[in-house]
Amino acid sequence: MPTATYAGTTVTVDDEGFFEDPSQWTEAMAPEIARAEGIDELTEPHWQVIKFMRSEYAQKGTGPTVRVLGKTSGVSVKELYQLFPKGPAKVAAKIAGIPKPRGCI
Amino acid sequence: MGGVVAVQDGAVIKRVVILGGGTGGTLSANRLRRLFPVDEVEIVVVDQNDDHVYQPGLLFVPFGLAHGDEIIRPRHRQLHKGVEFREVPIERVDLESDRVHFEDGTVIGYDVLVVASGSRLVEDETEGLTGPGWKEKVFTFYDPAGAAALHDALEAFDGGRVVVNVVDLPIKCPVAPLEFCFLADWYFHQRGIRHRVQLTYVTPLDGAFTKPVASRRLAGLLEEKDVALVTEFNTGEVDGAGGRLVSYDEREIGFDLAVVVPLHGGATYVARSPGLGDELGFVAVDKHTLQSVARPNMFAIGDAAGVPTSKAGSVTHFEGEVLVENVRRFLDGQPLDASYDGHANCFVETGFGKALLIDFNYDTEPLPGHFPSSVGLPLLKESRINHLGKLMFQSLYWHSLLPGRDLPGVGSAMPTRGKDTAAVR
Repeated sequence: MPTATYAGTTVTVDDEGFFEDPSQWTEAMAPEIARAEGIDELTEPHWQVIKFMRSEYAQKGTGPTVRVLGKTSGVSVKELYQLFPKGPAKVAAKIAGIPKPRGCI
Repeated sequence: MGGVVAVQDGAVIKRVVILGGGTGGTLSANRLRRLFPVDEVEIVVVDQNDDHVYQPGLLFVPFGLAHGDEIIRPRHRQLHKGVEFREVPIERVDLESDRVHFEDGTVIGYDVLVVASGSRLVEDETEGLTGPGWKEKVFTFYDPAGAAALHDALEAFDGGRVVVNVVDLPIKCPVAPLEFCFLADWYFHQRGIRHRVQLTYVTPLDGAFTKPVASRRLAGLLEEKDVALVTEFNTGEVDGAGGRLVSYDEREIGFDLAVVVPLHGGATYVARSPGLGDELGFVAVDKHTLQSVARPNMFAIGDAAGVPTSKAGSVTHFEGEVLVENVRRFLDGQPLDASYDGHANCFVETGFGKALLIDFNYDTEPLPGHFPSSVGLPLLKESRINHLGKLMFQSLYWHSLLPGRDLPGVGSAMPTRGKDTAAVR
C-alpha cells in the first residue's frame, strides 16, 4: 500500500493519495496536502469545509458530494469552487484526510 | 397507535399506508394484498395524480419510437382489488404520531408506512436551466411533456451541435443519457444528416459511467458512434440564449440543442416532514432490509430510498420482494430479512436495433458474460436479442411486474453464474 509523509509522519494512502485511515490525519498535515493540490494558504472558509468533511465522514462513512456540500456546509457551490478550484468534493476530502468520496451510481 | 382502524371479532386490523403509486408503491401494494387477508391488513396507496408513467418509455418518445399516451395508464387500475387508492397531494408525514397529513386537510394514521414517492426533477436548482431557451433550445426527456417537446425540436433540427448533459448524480436510470446519445446517432443517420450533427456527451463523472469495466465498454461505444465525451464537467449554468453550458470551474461548451438531465431530489413533502429524509429528500434506510434508520415502522423503496445503487425500475422490482417480506416480519414481530443485495439489471439501447445488458449489485460491478446463467442473454455486449428484450419488457411491466408476479428466471438476488469475473483489471 502506498504511503505519504506529512508533517513528519508517514500515513497510508490509496493510489490517488486519499487517506486510507482518517485517524492518521492531524490538522498540522492539512497545509502540506493543500500545497500539493495547488492551494497555497488555507483560509478560514477552507477550514470550515475541511472540518465539515470530517464530521460528515464520521457520521456517514463517506464524504459528501459537491451538491450536498453546497446545501449543508454553509458555503455555496460557487464559493466551494473558488476555494477548491480542482473540484471541492475530491480535493477537500484529500486535504481533510478522508477516503475518496464514493460516487453515486 | 395511530393506525389502529377497527376491531373485528377481537382482531385488530392493521393499516399499511404506501406513499406513491408508481412502480414501487404499486408492486408492493399488490404483493402485500396477496399476502394478507383484508380482515387483517388494510392497504392504502396515495398519490397526487392518477398517471402511472412507464418511465423507460420516455427515452423513445423524442425519436418518435413511442408516444406519450402509449406509456401512461391510470394508477388505480394497476392496483389489485382490496387496495384503496387516494388521489391527494401529501402535505407532510408526522413521524412522532404515525400520521400522514394531506393538502386537503385530511389525516390518515398508519401502523406501517412505505415511502415510494420516487424522485423529482429540480430544474430550478441549476442556474439558467429554465430561463431563456428552455423548451426551445434546451430540453429534458425525463418527463412526458419534455420528451414530447424534444421530439418536435428534433424533427425540426437540421444540423449543428447537440450536447447531452447530466448535471449531477443521483439520477433515474443513469444509463439513459448514454442511450439517448446512441439513439440520436441512429436517428440522425436515418434522416441522412448525421454528418451535419456534432454529438457530445457531457458528464460530471470521470468516465462514461460509474464502474470501470462498463465505463470502458460504454466509452468505446461512444467513440465508435463518433460521440465526443467530456468528463468531470460540473454544470454551474445553462445559458440557453447564448447556447452555452458553463461549468463551475469556468469551462464552456457551445450548443445549438441541449438535452439536459436535471438534478433530482425526493418528493417535496419529504422536506416538510422532520426526520423523514436526507438533504436531497431521499429516505435513509438500511441498504439490506430497506427499513428506515429513523423509525422501525417505516420503509422506503425505489427512487425514494437513499441506498447506494441505481435509481431504476429493476432495482425497485428486486427490492419489492425483500420489502414486502420485511413488512410482514415487522407486523409479526420477527427479525427482518437483510437480503437485498443492491441488484440492478438494465437493458442499454445502443441504436440500430441493438442493445446491451448490464447486471450488477452493491459488491459486483457490471461484468461481461451471460444473464442469468451461461446460456442466457449476453452481458455488456451489443445484440439484437437484448433490444427485443427491452421492447418486450414493457408488456411484462404492466402484466407481471406491477401485479407483483415473479418474472421467470429473474430472482431478487444477483446471479453470479455466467459472469466473467476475470474482466476486472
